[in-house]
Amino acid sequence: MSAVVRPPARRVEHVMGMPISLALRGRHTDDTAARAAWEAALAVLREADRVFSTYRPDSCISRLGRGEIGPEDCPPEVAEVLALGAAAERRSGGAFAVHRPGPDGAAVLDPSGVVKGWAVERAAAALEALPETDFCLSAGGDLTCRTLHDDAAPWRIGIEDPADPRRLTAVVPVRTGAVATSGAAHRGAHVVDARTGRPPAGVASVTVLAASLTWADIDATAAYAQGPDAARWLETLPGRSGLVVWADGSTTVVEPVLPAG
Amino acid sequence: MVTAVRRIVLWAMSTLTALVLVLGYHTSTSSQMASVESSVLAPVSGSTSSGSGSSSGTPSSSGTGDGTSAAAVTVTGDRVQTRWGPVQVQVTVQAGEITDVSVPQYPDDNGRDRQINARALPILVSETLDAQDAGIDMVSGATVTSEGYVESLQSALDEAGL
Repeated sequence: MSAVVRPPARRVEHVMGMPISLALRGRHTDDTAARAAWEAALAVLREADRVFSTYRPDSCISRLGRGEIGPEDCPPEVAEVLALGAAAERRSGGAFAVHRPGPDGAAVLDPSGVVKGWAVERAAAALEALPETDFCLSAGGDLTCRTLHDDAAPWRIGIEDPADPRRLTAVVPVRTGAVATSGAAHRGAHVVDARTGRPPAGVASVTVLAASLTWADIDATAAYAQGPDAARWLETLPGRSGLVVWADGSTTVVEPVLPAG
Repeated sequence: MVTAVRRIVLWAMSTLTALVLVLGYHTSTSSQMASVESSVLAPVSGSTSSGSGSSSGTPSSSGTGDGTSAAAVTVTGDRVQTRWGPVQVQVTVQAGEITDVSVPQYPDDNGRDRQINARALPILVSETLDAQDAGIDMVSGATVTSEGYVESLQSALDEAGL
């Protein structure tokens, strides 16, 4: 208990138009191995941006969306991401979709709701290779953490108050796992319910905890898109816990469903 | 900029209020779910995968895209091994636009879902809470862009560690 706890070493870079923040503690925080792992993680994110960016007309996803190429012409990661999106669409009853209506009404392929969490989880694999080192990696507010030893303090994750992003509305300690939040606080209404094409009503933000950042991110977006049904839907997902902040500032904590016995 | 960020943090510190530990907030819905959890995530259609096992994916003959228009073309990609299991994707293109993405075989993340049970710790809810006094390592929130980053709590935390 009396051991001196040093603050974690921190790094920030900007990739995909987002701040990527890393905190490291343990054996490799500021040496060659730490720097190499950080660069490898950033390289994974830059590659994901190159393949999946809907802002780049020459990206695989843009060309696929225009029907110029098929999935077999793309890196296998494209099939993986589309499959995750389809699975998410299925289990959210269509609230989450990898297509959105374009300006002319035609469907536009946009798997952005899958790519972010998925890419950051892949990037974290480079950090998992660091021996005796705990990490927490965040991309614009969605993050994944690792803690190797049970007696170490958990990472303490602040959940932003959607009504005032300078404040926190909750804290969740996480040893190993992911936290993702979906809401409109910083970018306005960019998430819509795919069934109606309209932004959700009644909900300000949804935070989801899961083992995998890919699924935490997908489920946070899918729950948020469902507006007043966000908490009810999250409760149907085994193993999920999270926090729903409603438009009036009230909150609902969704506890994980624990296996019996 | 740094000064401005610090000021925000200091200001937030003055509004710290007590934590409320939310425990045992099980709703009747969530306790009922425990007994039926295996059925909740059961694939609805088009997949034969379950648990860690997987059988070779025979594309379902749902006829996606067929018959709606002569111009619709459905392309089936190769089966790809992912860390969640084998995946196969079908994309239907009509008049130069993707009209459907279906997945004859998709991964099942049940195993990973369950891992979090032992690791999820209580969420502490407070009306207002400051990042420094609460000893926060990272902030989770709606996506912060690079433009908005400098004013964010996360940037204050990152600055503090540099």
